Amino acid sequence: MLMMVLKRLATTIPSLIGVVIVTFLLTRALPGDPAAYFAGAAATPQAVEEVRKQLGLDQPLPLQFVRYVGDLAQGDLGTSLTTGQRVSADIAARLPASAELTLLGLLFSLSIAVPLGVFAALKPGSLIDHACRVIATAGVSLPVFFTGLILVYVFYYLLGWAPAPLGRLDIFFSAPPTVTGFYLIDSLLAGDGEVFWAALKQLVLPVLTLGIFSIAPIARITRASMLAVLSSEFVRTARASGLAPSTVVITYALRNALLPVVTTLGMVFSFLLGANVLVEKVFAWPGIGSYAVEALIASDFAPVQGFVLTMAVLYVALNLMIDILYRVIDPRVRIEA
Amino acid sequence: MSDMTASQQTGFAAGLAHARYVLAANPVTGFAFGLFVLIVIAAAFGPYIVPYDPLASDTAAALQPPSAVHWFGTDQLGRDVFSRVIVATRLDFLIAVTSVVLVFLMGGLAGVAAGFFGGWTDRIFSRLADTIMAFPLFVLAMGIVAALGNEVENIVLATAIVNFPLYVRIARAEANVRRDAGYVQAARLSGNSEARILLGHILPNIMPIMVVQMSLTMGYAILNAAGLSFIGLGVRPPTPEWGILVAEGAGFMVSGEWWISFFPGLALMVAVFCFNLLGDGLRDIVDPQRRT
Amino acid sequence: MKRRDFLKTATATAAVSLLPAPAIRTAWSQSRQETLLFLTESGPNNFDIHGVGTNRPGYEVSWNCYDRLMSYGSKTLPDGTLSYDRDKLVPELAEEWTAGDMSATFKLRKDAKFHDGTPITAKDVKWSFDRAVTVGGFPTFQMKAGSLEKPEQFVAVDDHTFRVDFLRKDKLTMPDLAVIVPAVYNSELIKKNATEKDPWGLEYTKVNTAGGGAYKVTRSQAGTEVVYERFEEWKSGPLPKIKRVIWRMVPSAGNRRALIERGDADISFDLPSKDFAELKAAGKVNVTSTPIGNGIWYLGMNVKKAPFDNVKVRQAVAYILPYQKIMDAVMFGLAKPMYGAASNSASAPVWPQPHGYKPEIEKAKALLAEAGMANGFETTLSFDLGLGVIGEPVSVLIQESLASIGIKATINKIPGANWRGELVKKELPMIVNFFSGWLDYPEYFFFWAYHGQNAVFNTMSYQDAAMDALIDGARKAAAEGDAAAYETDVKGFIDKAFAEVPRVPLFQPYLNVAMQKTITGYQYWFHRQLDYRTLVKG
Repeated sequence: MLMMVLKRLATTIPSLIGVVIVTFLLTRALPGDPAAYFAGAAATPQAVEEVRKQLGLDQPLPLQFVRYVGDLAQGDLGTSLTTGQRVSADIAARLPASAELTLLGLLFSLSIAVPLGVFAALKPGSLIDHACRVIATAGVSLPVFFTGLILVYVFYYLLGWAPAPLGRLDIFFSAPPTVTGFYLIDSLLAGDGEVFWAALKQLVLPVLTLGIFSIAPIARITRASMLAVLSSEFVRTARASGLAPSTVVITYALRNALLPVVTTLGMVFSFLLGANVLVEKVFAWPGIGSYAVEALIASDFAPVQGFVLTMAVLYVALNLMIDILYRVIDPRVRIEA
Repeated sequence: MSDMTASQQTGFAAGLAHARYVLAANPVTGFAFGLFVLIVIAAAFGPYIVPYDPLASDTAAALQPPSAVHWFGTDQLGRDVFSRVIVATRLDFLIAVTSVVLVFLMGGLAGVAAGFFGGWTDRIFSRLADTIMAFPLFVLAMGIVAALGNEVENIVLATAIVNFPLYVRIARAEANVRRDAGYVQAARLSGNSEARILLGHILPNIMPIMVVQMSLTMGYAILNAAGLSFIGLGVRPPTPEWGILVAEGAGFMVSGEWWISFFPGLALMVAVFCFNLLGDGLRDIVDPQRRT
Repeated sequence: MKRRDFLKTATATAAVSLLPAPAIRTAWSQSRQETLLFLTESGPNNFDIHGVGTNRPGYEVSWNCYDRLMSYGSKTLPDGTLSYDRDKLVPELAEEWTAGDMSATFKLRKDAKFHDGTPITAKDVKWSFDRAVTVGGFPTFQMKAGSLEKPEQFVAVDDHTFRVDFLRKDKLTMPDLAVIVPAVYNSELIKKNATEKDPWGLEYTKVNTAGGGAYKVTRSQAGTEVVYERFEEWKSGPLPKIKRVIWRMVPSAGNRRALIERGDADISFDLPSKDFAELKAAGKVNVTSTPIGNGIWYLGMNVKKAPFDNVKVRQAVAYILPYQKIMDAVMFGLAKPMYGAASNSASAPVWPQPHGYKPEIEKAKALLAEAGMANGFETTLSFDLGLGVIGEPVSVLIQESLASIGIKATINKIPGANWRGELVKKELPMIVNFFSGWLDYPEYFFFWAYHGQNAVFNTMSYQDAAMDALIDGARKAAAEGDAAAYETDVKGFIDKAFAEVPRVPLFQPYLNVAMQKTITGYQYWFHRQLDYRTLVKG
């Protein structure tokens, strides 16, 4: 098992190297001149050159790359010029915010998509099947930034039900002591119901926005794998032996059908983290997505590189985890090396 | 020769019959097809049928709500939102179409080659696809557009690149299944070169599946382009494009001028919706077993 | 606080402690009275204005957390709002001073302390000024604007006496000592945290405030919030009323507006003019608008590039720009028009003032024909995406107007990061841009924007010996107090700028701030950032 995992890890190394190189080149190709940007409004060309030297941007690209990789090997992601902080610290502070949002979004869409997919599969071609298809497709057709804007407009501005779209907590609360970085969990650990409630309220709209977007892929895969399982022999046998329909569907079919759903979750999670970028912008969410966007606009290399690398590692780790999980659930599956 | 044509015709007729059957059995696909025709009409004739010049400002008539004169209202500079939304169809449609064609040419062909030849070809293209997959895709698209400049061509290119892995995977799997199929063996025995088999036999056979995929990714392509526009990496002003129109109106939402971004957002949604439903429907026609 | 405790126990007894929001709000209302919450689009990247590339929000931290020897007085503008007074210097850290021809001596307050309790001495002032003229970049540059260039100019006479020796007679030396840069730093504290590579401790002050100003930063998260507490032992002025200041960054303008409108925030900055105009009309919150001193949005034409090297082409452009449309549709009336004067000759030695161009299509066409361009030409029109809320609609309107005389301009939006780089290169043929000078004097503006030294702000690369002579003449006249010569020279360079129009002024924007009715004491500052010290809530 361990050998398998190691082998599997080894195959991801070329991808990660590719990510490092591509990101480095891409950020260097950004047209902005950080030296001119940080030299200040009144800088003379000489002043710009001075700043360029300070930032090490006067050196040839290969040399800059070697330095970057050297720093990387020591776990140093560099310093963000816009926020002035170490990139690793910035990301560590912001990752829980994005992860909490994304996981809840995923949870929300699972709670809608799985039943929807199951019902659609039970009666293929029926009204509920068509409805499932239309709802799922409509969800994925909504531009997330647009959904977010409309939700803010309706629920905050018009109705006043939702709290101000101002990040993770209402201003007059202070964050719970950090244990996991997830405010919901940390506030419960601290036994602070008020903060839990406040954090939950802040989460509702962005979670809805993200969740709606991810209903479609999960509903589709649930429906498909449910259809496949329902027509399989063991379900037919179970049916023929006179078990109650609900027992057949829930204990036999659904449990087996969920396996492919688990694999898709990895894909959807990475997909959602991408969609996060826009959602975080609309809701002023202090996550890593908005961090990356701002850095990119300012031609601030280090955070962009750090963000992409973090996401790539996360993606690889997640897929590995799912593979292992899959193997644990279903020993027939071999981990492809 | 005449035999071939005859059999093709029957094949075509059968396909048509199947299509008719699917449309009848699945009203949603019929509806999507109707929408698609509307979008194509708007894209082709939009500039000739709109009531106002989509670029002409009229500051005296700025920020008017929807009315009989301006169906979708007017924006900050008094431009007619309806005209802008309709005219934008062409650009968005073009971005979507060219980017899927491009990704088909890059990813589809690479995937077919990878699946058919295996070995090093397979390893290189699969690794490339894996590497791209490991990126947060939207941020990669942003990076590409930011680095190359916000021109329409670069938006198309960025959209194609982020879809690349998907196409490689699908085409590779399909080609892999067919590499030793009977008709391929037959072609090989009758002395066709491998390249010829690839282009003449494998590719045409997996085309239907690729077309379905293209229809499905068209929606994603439009969303991607709109997302880029929303954060300021879109096409140049004053060119109307749905994503930019939404972004322009976003700031007006809370002051009650909802129509400036609502209608373009709606158009965007309807178009993506239509492409997605259509892709589903096409899949039913092409490959009924695969329906998900 | 008791009420909160009660609520806590009450909720703790409930199985699921879900509490309706209003109850929490009232529980917190007490601390809310002494807490100021305000919103801007972006936050500081550095708490120290001496740092490399400190942004504008960073200036604000510097301003409120550090003291200077002197500050500017305040005056009431005709519309009843408060503004800093360019002509009146008032004591801050220095109780009094005497300024001679070639030096100025300052007496420091004896009771002033830094945040850590160390007394503030002349040694700290000397160290701080040395730092400002040595670290390079913006602070050094700004010091130079007031002829403050060398450490030898700064002398700590004794613990509470400090002297500045002048290099030359310069009208701007004393005013320059009251801007943000010459702040007084806790030299011992910073030296303790300095390294060999970083002898001035810039890394330390980037994330820590090491001063003795009225506020100190107690908590911050980059890009999200900065929280200040009042420094209870502040002696350089009356103790501020606000105990705690929370500064939140909200990227979406729509959200910033909604938050102020619904009463969730006390002050909101950086809204589009339209929102300010509507908030003003609705009357639920107070909107204060002050013209930005020495600030002008303009259309710049690169005089080194054909066809804009031809003055007739530039004049033709000036005769076709949609000035009024811009005022109405982009600024919603919240700006001072910079056109519509009776003629192109200056009425008084003041700046900014309107020019005499207005849309006259026949004149524009005739000028273009005279320049041999009757059929127009193609060019690009660029703007800074970072200022796109104004830049974009202005560019679109200008593009449309230019098309009416055959000039086809392609709009080029440049991301904020590239903008400065592009300005330094001076390759763009036509730009829509904004420039303002901190020091509100005509010759200061012209020195940066029109002088042949070709500073970055002379975005048009305009160089003309006669213009230089007029600008230099006005600077000299100002230093020497020669009012008559000053008037002639200032009027002279304004007339010349209008006649040759390398840049066409469009309007002078306002600095707008939306505040709850409970907030008073807001004052406009040349740096356009918020000064928390004068604000009062309730």
